[in-house]
Amino acid sequence: MKQLTVIFECIGSTVLLAVRAARYAGTLPRQFPRFIEQCYLIGYTTLPIVTILSFFIGAVLALQSGYSMENYGTKQFIGTLVGLSLVRELGPVMVAILVTGRVGSAITAELASMKVYQEIDALVTMDIPPERMLVLPRLVAVLVMMPVLTIIADLCGWYGGALICKYSAFISIEPDTYFAALKRYMEVKDVCDGLIKAEVFGFAVVLVCCNIGLKTRGGPREIGASVTKAVVTSLIIILVLDYFVTKALL
Amino acid sequence: MSEPSAAPVAAKTFGVTIEKLCKSFNGTAVLKDVSLEVRPGEIFVIMGPSGSGKSVLLRHIAGLDQPTSGRVFIGDFDAADARTRARVRLALVFQAGALFNSMSVYDNLALYLREHRLYNEAGIRERVMQALQILSLAKAADKYPGELSGGMKKRVSIARALVMEPELLLYDEPTSELDPVMAATIIEIIAALRRHTAVTSLVVTHDRALALTIADRMAILMDGRICAIGRPAEFEHPTDPAIANFLNPTIDLEHPRFKQLENDHE
Repeated sequence: MKQLTVIFECIGSTVLLAVRAARYAGTLPRQFPRFIEQCYLIGYTTLPIVTILSFFIGAVLALQSGYSMENYGTKQFIGTLVGLSLVRELGPVMVAILVTGRVGSAITAELASMKVYQEIDALVTMDIPPERMLVLPRLVAVLVMMPVLTIIADLCGWYGGALICKYSAFISIEPDTYFAALKRYMEVKDVCDGLIKAEVFGFAVVLVCCNIGLKTRGGPREIGASVTKAVVTSLIIILVLDYFVTKALL
Repeated sequence: MSEPSAAPVAAKTFGVTIEKLCKSFNGTAVLKDVSLEVRPGEIFVIMGPSGSGKSVLLRHIAGLDQPTSGRVFIGDFDAADARTRARVRLALVFQAGALFNSMSVYDNLALYLREHRLYNEAGIRERVMQALQILSLAKAADKYPGELSGGMKKRVSIARALVMEPELLLYDEPTSELDPVMAATIIEIIAALRRHTAVTSLVVTHDRALALTIADRMAILMDGRICAIGRPAEFEHPTDPAIANFLNPTIDLEHPRFKQLENDHE
């Protein structure tokens, strides 16, 4: 019962944080430098790892599906399978997980440290709401950067698959055939659904990480504990939301 | 230290009224029925031993903590109401400085003015540099808090408060962890700031020298209760044994507890 109360309190405070941050949406134009800085941290610094991982996930997906589909004579559909899997599911989920590890943990560490060393209290006494200065630019930046990262992840994954299909001896499919299959069964809705998922995941991850960081109490040891809590909570939320958002979009 | 005659003058200042303030953490009472009044323009010092609830009291005045019962007013405004911070320009000098570690000293000072869009960048620069010069910190403008000594951090924290042109100035243990010379400097700064800005200053400390030197009035907080309020002269020869022991502690190495330690050691 106590754990249930803690969970509901956590959900309540996270939603409240989003509402409080949204109240300052009008201040966004004058926070443009902060927004750009967050776009750089969330987007640019995550890009290399997104590129590398998505390329190899696409490659492995092509390899595994090629190995299985060869037995059924359906190799020509590898492009469709890799394309749709990445766009609808693997792309957004993988980017969200990478953003959690690369950005979410850093956000929690920074805010928790500010809380522990009373920097947040100093902001409050100066009548500078932390939701306005620290949360809002991050939320807007993640909403802008998630679709960009997801599209790049999708493209890298497709090309990873195409490369494996061409050079793998037992698959041996030309890129033209691979991409023709990919285009034939893919609709704009598939891409949009994937981007909606990415937006939901990114928003949830940054919100949860900000909330846990701002709620940190105690000394430096609690900063590490908060980071662990934020990452674990974010990963669970991504997978739970994935089910519900997928169900809603189907 | 340059003379702080160029310090910005607060257009107005506020008194503080505390009415039957109680605060408990997990069932443990930290503040018990605290009532006191700080008059506009005075330096009021709250003294007390470590753990007596001084900093918690200060956090309630700053609106950082919500009371379990009772109320705190800054002028006519309830300190627990978040809107009060928009109505009263309140500056708190934190015990550990609470400087923004990711910003330079200059940006730490400029933050309030920028966020509230009080001046253009030239006006902000003028005020920040003025505050830094008052506290002999002009050369540290481009440094980061991590590169500063404890005394410098305290002075930057005071400079940050000064830049805000506060209507109420709160100090949390301003001389703690400082050497005697630096502590004396900080005491001079606090007195000079009040002299030149006429802002209400509330100082929480366990530094007897600080309290007796600068206070217009002072209160003793012990075990969460206000034990005495009066002018510093009234505390020179206290009659209450607990207050006398706190203000003029005697070192008694023959005390039974030390004998016990010796016996345990043997």
